Amino acid sequence: MIKFLLMVNRQGQTRLSRYYQPVELTKRAALEADVVRFCLSRNKEQCSFVEYKDFRLIYRQYAALYIVVGVTDAENELSIYELVHNFVEVLDKYFSRVSELDIMFNLDRVHIILDEIIQNGHIVETNKSRILAPLTALDKMADG
Amino acid sequence: MSYVGEKTLTALPSLLSLDSQPGPAKLSSTSKLGNLIRGITELTSKHEEEKLIQRELESIKEQVSSPNTSMRQMKELMVRAIYCESLGYEASFVYIHAIKLAQQGTALEKRVGYLAVSLFLNESHELLLLLVNTVLKDLQSTNLIEVCMALTVVSQIFPKEMIPAILPLVEEKLNHPKEIIRRKAVLALYKFYLIAPNQVQHIHNKFRKALCDKDPGVMTASLHIYLQMIQENPEGYKDLTGSFVNILKQVVGGKLPIDFNYHSVPAPWLQIHLLRILSFLGKNDLRTSELIYEVLDESLRRAEMNRNITYAILYECVKCIYTIHPKSNLLEKAAKCIGNFVLSPDINLKYLGLKALTYVIQQDPKMALQHQMTIIECLDHPDLIIKRETLELLFRITNAQNVVVIVEKMLEFLQNSPDDYTTIDLVGKVAELAEKYAPDNEWFIETMNTVFSLGGDTMQPDIPNSFLKLLSEGFDSVEEDRKLRLFAVDSYVSLLQGETRKLPQCFLQVISWVLGEYSHLSEDHNRSTVLRLLEKLLDMKQTSSETKCWILMAMTKLCEGTAGVCVAQQVSETYISSMDTVLRQRAQELQHLSQDSELREEVLPRDSGLDPMEIDSSLSFLDEFVSGALAAGAAPYKPPHQRQEELAEAKVLSLEPYGLALPISMSSCSITDRHSPTPLSMSSGLSGDSTDVSHRAGLKLDGVQRVWGRDGYLAKKESVEEAAPVQGLTPVHSPSLQNEGDGSHSQTPTPTPTPEPDREKEQLASSLFFGVSSQSSVCLMGKPDSTFNRRRKAKVQAPGVTEQLSSSVAPVSNAVDNLLCNNLQDSNINSVSAASSKQTCELSPRVPAANGTCNTDCGLPESDRKRSNLSISRDNGLVDADSALSEDQGSRSDLCPSSYLPAELCGLYRSEIAPLCTAHSLELSACHVHQGDDMILIIFISNSSDSQVLQIRLDLKSEQLKVTCVSDSSVENIKSHTVAVYQYSLAVKRPGVDVEVDGTLSFLLPAGTPQTKHFSYKLPLTAFIRPLLISTEEYGTMWLGFSHEVKQNLTLVDDGCEPLTFTLNLLKNRLQLHLVEIIGLEGILACRLLQNQPCLMHCRVHAGALAVWLRSPVPELPDCLVYHCQRVLQEK
Repeated sequence: MIKFLLMVNRQGQTRLSRYYQPVELTKRAALEADVVRFCLSRNKEQCSFVEYKDFRLIYRQYAALYIVVGVTDAENELSIYELVHNFVEVLDKYFSRVSELDIMFNLDRVHIILDEIIQNGHIVETNKSRILAPLTALDKMADG
Repeated sequence: MSYVGEKTLTALPSLLSLDSQPGPAKLSSTSKLGNLIRGITELTSKHEEEKLIQRELESIKEQVSSPNTSMRQMKELMVRAIYCESLGYEASFVYIHAIKLAQQGTALEKRVGYLAVSLFLNESHELLLLLVNTVLKDLQSTNLIEVCMALTVVSQIFPKEMIPAILPLVEEKLNHPKEIIRRKAVLALYKFYLIAPNQVQHIHNKFRKALCDKDPGVMTASLHIYLQMIQENPEGYKDLTGSFVNILKQVVGGKLPIDFNYHSVPAPWLQIHLLRILSFLGKNDLRTSELIYEVLDESLRRAEMNRNITYAILYECVKCIYTIHPKSNLLEKAAKCIGNFVLSPDINLKYLGLKALTYVIQQDPKMALQHQMTIIECLDHPDLIIKRETLELLFRITNAQNVVVIVEKMLEFLQNSPDDYTTIDLVGKVAELAEKYAPDNEWFIETMNTVFSLGGDTMQPDIPNSFLKLLSEGFDSVEEDRKLRLFAVDSYVSLLQGETRKLPQCFLQVISWVLGEYSHLSEDHNRSTVLRLLEKLLDMKQTSSETKCWILMAMTKLCEGTAGVCVAQQVSETYISSMDTVLRQRAQELQHLSQDSELREEVLPRDSGLDPMEIDSSLSFLDEFVSGALAAGAAPYKPPHQRQEELAEAKVLSLEPYGLALPISMSSCSITDRHSPTPLSMSSGLSGDSTDVSHRAGLKLDGVQRVWGRDGYLAKKESVEEAAPVQGLTPVHSPSLQNEGDGSHSQTPTPTPTPEPDREKEQLASSLFFGVSSQSSVCLMGKPDSTFNRRRKAKVQAPGVTEQLSSSVAPVSNAVDNLLCNNLQDSNINSVSAASSKQTCELSPRVPAANGTCNTDCGLPESDRKRSNLSISRDNGLVDADSALSEDQGSRSDLCPSSYLPAELCGLYRSEIAPLCTAHSLELSACHVHQGDDMILIIFISNSSDSQVLQIRLDLKSEQLKVTCVSDSSVENIKSHTVAVYQYSLAVKRPGVDVEVDGTLSFLLPAGTPQTKHFSYKLPLTAFIRPLLISTEEYGTMWLGFSHEVKQNLTLVDDGCEPLTFTLNLLKNRLQLHLVEIIGLEGILACRLLQNQPCLMHCRVHAGALAVWLRSPVPELPDCLVYHCQRVLQEK
């Protein structure tokens, strides 16, 4: 099961966070700082999966942005690793050449996209056009 | 591999200062959110960030409450608030506005409102109730986008108690023409299933419809529900195996639309999901597994492209193959696949390979040998996570031969362990291994020393406890025990003579206990030296007061002679005025006992560790006091949980803030004698002023496993009793020793000359994998062997035995197997159906047997192998079996056992007649009949051949039951085409969830050769349960008298109006209980176990569940009964 998904940059600033298990607001900051510290300390030759407390972190770096997913022990790490990439590809499709800036300035839209992919810690949709369907419909409504 | 995204994100930080090129719907960077983000990115300190965010929140607060703010602006404010919260600053004032936005906004504004709600609020937040109306309205909207949004938010967060309000609307959406609506409706129902499973129980058939939906997306969504349900109850969904296999086949075969592909792999996550479902279904189930084999094979074959995602699928495939019933050619392929993983240069794949290997090794340790060099390399890998995973793997293959090397590796890792979690986990594992496999005393003590000093005070408290228990209980040989203790004492004395400041408190406690207890064994150190060392510890300022108690106690045991008394007096004077009451008490004890050596001998007799201590668990010596107090008008005792609930209900002020001012630790209070600390905690948890004295016994330790013996791990031996007579000799069952030869030949190094470092590695390899092959060399596939072990243990430990295996209650599957066995008569597998033969062997390994099947435990894997042959022959010989089947049915109709039922038993309630076994022309079947308070077991032996069978003898025995033969005619010969009937009366000796009778049938064939045949018959304990007709008053008095209590929460079955009455009646009817009375939200029931052992049940509706307490004078009974209650309610 997926516990949370974070987007953090190299400076350790959280760009987006989504928790699928309740974590108190005060504890989140500490957790995120820890997670960033972990990921930054690792180099490219090292494994993209890290043990953290009683669960695993899976991270993937895109330029200066890290996407980190916390999962329980039973999860298939590689499938989550690829899920992250699928997510980025969807963002790329929607924003046509996505950048960290797009993510920051369109926090709501990125969240809406993510909500289509993961719910309650489970992967619910991976088909790119279907993930984007509700959001593009909303955009059209706003235009029209 | 494509890295589209990675490339696109490259030009980042500089973009902030430039104009970005707006894509579709991009916000300009000059917006307020843009300003905020820019501001934060430019900050350098946390303090500045705090100031900036506070300012920001102030301004948001001001604007949201202004009536002039438009919905569009509100949306923008909401996003800013989300951003602030994601940085860790609470913005609770906007929560209500988020709900308002969802209510009043349109399109994107509404969606952001819902989004904010799902981000801000948790499931139990009270504001969530305000959302219900909005959701209700949107669900009924004609605008599909709004319906969609409502369903999305419902499947993320919704108040449990409001589900009924929207359930009909959501159900209706299951028939919506648009796939996206159907899909989201299914996901919403999944959410309901997660938070309130009983609310959606009535729509299970609709889930099935969703599974068959023509749209793959809807089908995928329904799999979430199925995975969950199958995980909880795999038995209930076996019939769907075919459908899941079919779906997977189609997906793998590329039948889905192309947009479901990811990197040209068809719907990979869906495949993984399906594989998980299938492994739950096929686990321990040959018939279901057979349906799955083909598609697994195909998945393995198709997934050959060199992509990450195919490896993810392969990993899941391998896991599935090793979870379901084993099939050799698939196992081979899976093993090859793992090879590709672990040898991969890609570090992520290597990691996954190790993880798969760790999983697989539990089933088949031989796999470790194949990859030993890779494992060695991974052990020295610079990446800690790889190292860690490798240690995990080694932990699973540790045995008495390689324990030293593996533990050394683990301790090495621990020295630079990065965090507490890893330390706690690894320290526990090292301690476990050391206790199981320690080769000698010195190593054991030294390893445990390292464990204690590294693990410190964070480690699990049961590690020091079990260590002390081990020391105090000792093993078989007095001399060895003495040596072990002596070595511990010597080692601790020298430790204390060195630097003690860094030693963790719990280590100091262990040290002081051991020194107090055993330093008299040492001739080198006299008491005063030890006393002085302990005194030094007392003076250290790091020493906690709990540790000080331990030290004072040790001193109490040691203070002898004038010097000792002098030290004791000095110390006790210091602590006698301590603020800590426990410490003060210890000091008092020390003072008094040091002066009165006779009294000390009495209170703390030396070497009493081995004598079992009398513990009256029912505290019956207090009965007089209690009845006196009750007569004087005192309130009867209530167990803590009952008190607590009553307190909660009565809304009495919480007593928590008035806790004890001084820390009184249980462990330090409880030890006043020379015994190890663990067993004492036993008495806690027992409740009541009991009059039941039947269970007064010596200190019971049989529940506690003694894992470490002189010969290694005791549990490995199938039975301790068996090993006892050959004490001193090499235990036959120790797998490692037995197969030493195999071990050495299977790890022969490659003959080619290797360079130096490689040789080193090989050396390491040979020490690491020594003895690993042995377990598997006996058994072709490894898996049956280990499942056997596992299940045996389960049988010993808990009443939750898997039942579906029992042939006696599942006669359906037997026909075919029986016939197959008949065909194989010549082989030494007896014609008990495959499953039942396994069962018999597993559950009664010590039944003496004349022929191969059950002779020894070692014989088992062989029979398992035969069994797999059987299943193969079934594949090939299907036609034969069929024809034989029709023949058999013909012959069986002549000899229908039910017509031979004794006349006096006809018309009574009886179970189905289940076949037990067949032997040549004889067929055994049995049933049980309820005859009033008696339980009669009837065994039919039908002879379907044309010749007479002579000298028939039936022997029944059971550990759990008392079996008495009641049929007067002891039939010795059975004529051709007749049925002989045997009657036995059964009574329960020792209750279990199910009770079982093992039987031996011996007879003479016409040819004159004697034959023997084993079988077993299992019946649920409920067959022996009868209602106990008592009144509420009688119930009340009995309740107080019973000491064995079990508490459990059960599901409340809801029939719509009166869930409690309905549930209790259901239990009453199904389990034959007597419903004494229902009062409001509580109900009491009573029953007795034949002949006359009562069990009382007290139920109460609490938070949507049924809290149940069961009490009985028989220790096992409440547990077993609660298990059956659970089953009844689950079936419902």
